[in-house]
Amino acid sequence: MAAERLKCKECGTGYPLEARYVCERCFGPLEVVYDHGAAVDVAALRRRIQGGPEDVWRYADFLPLAGGPPGPSNHLASRAGLPAGWTPLISADRLAAHLGLREVWVKNDAANPTHSFKDRPVAVASARARELGFRALACASTGNLGNAVAAQAAALGLPSYVFIPADLEEQKVLGTGVYGANLFSVNGNYDEVNRLCTELSAEHEDWAFANINMRPYYAEGSKTVAYEIVEQLGWELPDRCIVPIASGSLFTKIHRGFEEWLELGLVAGTVPAMNGAQAAGCAPVANAFAAGQDFCQPVKPNTIAKSLAIGNPADGPYVLELARRTGGGVDAVSDEQIREGISLLAQTTGIFTETAGGVSVAVLSELARRGEIDADERVVLVITGDGLKTLDAVRGSFHTHEIEPTLDSFEATIAQAIA
Amino acid sequence: MAVTVKIPTQLRAVTGGVSEARVEGGTVAEVLDGLFAQFGELRERISDEDGTLRRFVNVYLAGEDIRFLDGVATSVPDGAELTILPAVAGG
Repeated sequence: MAAERLKCKECGTGYPLEARYVCERCFGPLEVVYDHGAAVDVAALRRRIQGGPEDVWRYADFLPLAGGPPGPSNHLASRAGLPAGWTPLISADRLAAHLGLREVWVKNDAANPTHSFKDRPVAVASARARELGFRALACASTGNLGNAVAAQAAALGLPSYVFIPADLEEQKVLGTGVYGANLFSVNGNYDEVNRLCTELSAEHEDWAFANINMRPYYAEGSKTVAYEIVEQLGWELPDRCIVPIASGSLFTKIHRGFEEWLELGLVAGTVPAMNGAQAAGCAPVANAFAAGQDFCQPVKPNTIAKSLAIGNPADGPYVLELARRTGGGVDAVSDEQIREGISLLAQTTGIFTETAGGVSVAVLSELARRGEIDADERVVLVITGDGLKTLDAVRGSFHTHEIEPTLDSFEATIAQAIA
Repeated sequence: MAVTVKIPTQLRAVTGGVSEARVEGGTVAEVLDGLFAQFGELRERISDEDGTLRRFVNVYLAGEDIRFLDGVATSVPDGAELTILPAVAGG
């Protein structure tokens, strides 16, 4: 395989491709390093990708599995895991026109097996976990990851242990429990759940915690969002990407995906401007960006965008660096703007997104309103999850006409509604 | 005043496998200094050259991140528990 080793992002110390996530020398995060060889045959590589399965495994050359993609190549088998990825990239002309922009595309990652982008990193983490001999999957989750881990474990026939904050949306709780997961509702916020799980992962070394001891592999799965965008745009790059930020892992890995393909010559141009999107009620990265700081002061989250409610984001410093380097930014929007963003996307594209997607739409609207997007830009809006997961956010946002089952009742009501 | 410090697995190579230490100190900074006095190599693992904690180190007093308290100046009651953990998990 092309994956060569783990490397500390801070001090560069190398480690074998094991279940470890922290540098023992400096506590920095570890990431996977690849060796694609001296000369890459771009045409052959593109053909191999295009001939691959319609899921994340078409990008197996850029993912950290020793044995290649799990299972058969072009049909679905639950024992090989859930088929994550290869979600639609939709030209959102009416949304663009509404915002006065030329070209907006929606990467709809709600179209994944458990209806969020988390199926991508979990596909990679679980496949690597099996290679490493783990017999159980686990995670600390704000909801979507729990859904993905529980479903993936069910497909693979493994037990799962999912830890969530007690105040999660009911839809996300039900969407985990249904798969038979061992579900723990923790009396605390996500950062407390994460602290508990960091301690637990040391006590249960036979559990593959997707976003703790498997984090270097897990995070790699999010690069496939970038690869798909490039491929779906006809092997071209967008000028700008709007990405919601919780821990910041998705943001940094989408950037890394673009950068990797540029380095290999699979695509030409420059890395897109990367814009991060946070909720004002949990905006440690946006706050640091606005203050010109290179570190994030943790916050106590209070927002309807619960999937983004991480007050102490692990990849925050890297998001700040990349947002500045690419000419992007990090913005925060109010809960009211989030609700408006959900409605705007739904009513201009037919896509119903969860609150995190509302955050992205609202930030795009803000950037357009402030004139920060050039007239000729091609913008990709990353929609990370399905609106059916956060139904409370749209409750009360429209009126339902109640009528009797008669023509008269209908005609009278509609006449009144039009008046 | 004696405090219990919980040491994460990633640092136990420099504590001879010790997972918990009893340390004297009235503030987080004093406790950490006491810990470094017991295990000399720990200092460079979790502190920068200027002595501040590295950015991927989280320290908790009775479960609360010390950045919500007074940072390393946070006073530590007798018998308290201080936990050092990697910050790169989650998300």
